[in-house]
Amino acid sequence: MSDNGPVQTRSPVLTVRRVDAYYAITVVAPQIAERFRSGQFLSVAVGGEQSSMLLRRPFAIHDVKPDYGGTVEFLFAVRGPGTAWLAERRQRDLLDVVGPLGRPFPLPRDPVNCMLAGGGSGAAPLFPLAHALRRRGCRVDFVLGAASADRVFSAISARRIAETTTFTTDDGSFGVRGRVTDALERAMDDARSDVVYACGPMPMLRTVAAVAARQGVPVQVAVEETMACGTGICMSCVIPVVGEDGITRMVRACVDGPVFRGERVRFDDVGTIPFDALGAPGWKARGEDSADSAGGVADREAG
Amino acid sequence: MTTDMRTRLAGLELPNPVMAAAGCAGTGRELAQFFDIARIGAVVTKSVMLEPRAGRPAPRVAEAPSGMLSAIGLQGPGIEVFLQRDLPWLLSRGGRAVASVAGAGAGEYAELARRLSAAEGVEMIEVNLSCPNPAGGGLDFADDPAEAARVVHAVRSHTRSDIPVFAKLAADVPDLVALARACVDARADGLSLINSVRAMAVDPRTLRPAVAGGVGGLSGPAIRPIAVASVYRVHAALPEVPLIGMGGVRTGVDALELLAAGASAVGVGTVTFSDPSACVRILRELEELLEERGADRVADVVGAAHRPVGAPIGAVLGR
Ligand SMILES: Cc1cc2nc3c(=O)[nH]c(=O)nc-3n(C[C@H](O)[C@H](O)[C@H](O)COP(=O)(O)OP(=O)(O)OC[C@H]3O[C@@H](n4cnc5c(N)ncnc54)[C@H](O)[C@@H]3O)c2cc1C
Ligand SMILES: Cc1cc2nc3c(=O)[nH]c(=O)nc-3n(C[C@H](O)[C@H](O)[C@H](O)COP(=O)(O)O)c2cc1C
Ligand code: FES
Repeated sequence: MSDNGPVQTRSPVLTVRRVDAYYAITVVAPQIAERFRSGQFLSVAVGGEQSSMLLRRPFAIHDVKPDYGGTVEFLFAVRGPGTAWLAERRQRDLLDVVGPLGRPFPLPRDPVNCMLAGGGSGAAPLFPLAHALRRRGCRVDFVLGAASADRVFSAISARRIAETTTFTTDDGSFGVRGRVTDALERAMDDARSDVVYACGPMPMLRTVAAVAARQGVPVQVAVEETMACGTGICMSCVIPVVGEDGITRMVRACVDGPVFRGERVRFDDVGTIPFDALGAPGWKARGEDSADSAGGVADREAG
Repeated sequence: MTTDMRTRLAGLELPNPVMAAAGCAGTGRELAQFFDIARIGAVVTKSVMLEPRAGRPAPRVAEAPSGMLSAIGLQGPGIEVFLQRDLPWLLSRGGRAVASVAGAGAGEYAELARRLSAAEGVEMIEVNLSCPNPAGGGLDFADDPAEAARVVHAVRSHTRSDIPVFAKLAADVPDLVALARACVDARADGLSLINSVRAMAVDPRTLRPAVAGGVGGLSGPAIRPIAVASVYRVHAALPEVPLIGMGGVRTGVDALELLAAGASAVGVGTVTFSDPSACVRILRELEELLEERGADRVADVVGAAHRPVGAPIGAVLGR
């Protein structure tokens, strides 16, 4: 309906590849490729038209190429039935894809030094970002981490794009033993980073945001929340974020994010409704009708 | 031959019977990226409350077999923002707005109805009786006919007389027909059936409830047979009362099933999350099915499932 919003397409699969612990699927989706900006994601229907799996699976867009009118690639780990089904797709199968979804990473106006920190599959959106930053003349450095060597995402392409790359694994099977955040501060010093971009699990993002704050460096984080619609309708994906007016709101990770300024996300309160959030029980001292937080089996839920 | 897709809900005529269900269409803005919202019969808004409301903590949803569990907790910006921002936007796109309302007590519902009636462009008010803030000594409005009637009566008394008031009921109540009757006696012009069904899942990793609220609402194709039975039973008991049927509609066939059970219009909810253009696809499919069956008008199939055994389909279709 609009020229820059998301579209729903039935996209033929061009390739399915194994990449270490991940699968990479490339689909032909010219409209998505055309609109895409780094940080955005897509969502894929799984299991076929009459599937009992109703919810789409969201994945970061990892690469966009002009081949075949415009192709889009995403990488994923098999975690459950939906991703297992996806891993079985073959060339020419059709996938129902909606994208590009979400707000992209904002790019700096000037050529500055950018540190990109990714954990596990959270590294996926950092690759198109790295290319976009390089095109603007920015210096790009990577810190990529994962549980084990085979889960470090696209190590080879990281080396190709970045000035320096630091790898960490929890088990020490590749790079430095430890977590991304253990290596980050040092890497930022060495690279004289002016800005940090990060994507990965929430606890990692929280630490990255803290490290960046300590160094007085702005940080953009891309979050992953459970999403039912991905298009901003259902309100399932909310996290507490402080607005410019200082007010905390439960905002949708799918359309108001997934990219947020690190210092705006209330990481300690993710998974809760902070008492001072707009519309929280007791907000504006509304008296006794705050039974909501009690949850409980007696309550009926209607949305 | 083309079927006349217009349908009537009490005093309200809609160009077709496919509606986007409450809480599953946002404010219309998000869906408008995928299709022209003026094409569907109506957009039912997420239940509007008086004050802004932050909803429940995450996780709010979990997938269930052929459905989902949700416990959103009616997050929304409150009626002020609805009237200033959301409603005008919907109307500017030619959308027909049904305002769903939810409150903590009859007084709140009445206040909402009064302000919505005063606004231009609200075509119907749907009273969400399954609100998570139980009033009246901890009773759920949804379960108790007297409570439900009190709320419906308050809304009807504060709503402009030319705007129909529909009461939205849940199916998992002690006596659905008694509840429906109580709402109609309290002057509801029609009924919306059904809301999501109380259900629960436990996360096998954490061994904790999969949605933070503990119990959530099950929606999607998993509950469709419950929706069909609910519409069928209420239509049998109250054949003159217009019904909006919803619950798990995924295809035109599903919509036709609810019409035949007795609904005059059909709401599309959860399936919109997996197929954002579901409403217009279902409308197209339904139109084709009605044409194939030679129905002149939508009304020809409404309640068709109640026809005597052995009656020819033609008799139902008025031929
Ligand atoms: C914006 C975004 C980008 C993502 N990008 C990637 C990526 O590039 N590569 C990748 O491997 N994974 C990515 N994920 C996680 C991925 O969506 C899940 O791994 C996947 O949905 C699991 O589906 P399943 O059927 O295998 O697992 P199940 O656990 O059976 O899934 C059941 C439900 O839970 C949801 N769910 C499960 N895990 C997650 C999760 N971690 N985050 C959000 N929802 C989840 C699913 O979407 C589904 O609705 C991303 C998630 C989000 C929100
Ligand atoms: C995420 C979500 C939010 C909902 N919000 C509301 C709401 O605000 N008001 C309401 O009356 N019903 C709400 N519902 C219920 C739906 O309108 C509908 O009655 C129910 O989901 C059954 O239809 P379905 O199976 O097609 O989804 C919501 C359902 C879901 C899944
Ligand atoms: S996933 Fe539905 S609003 Fe974000």
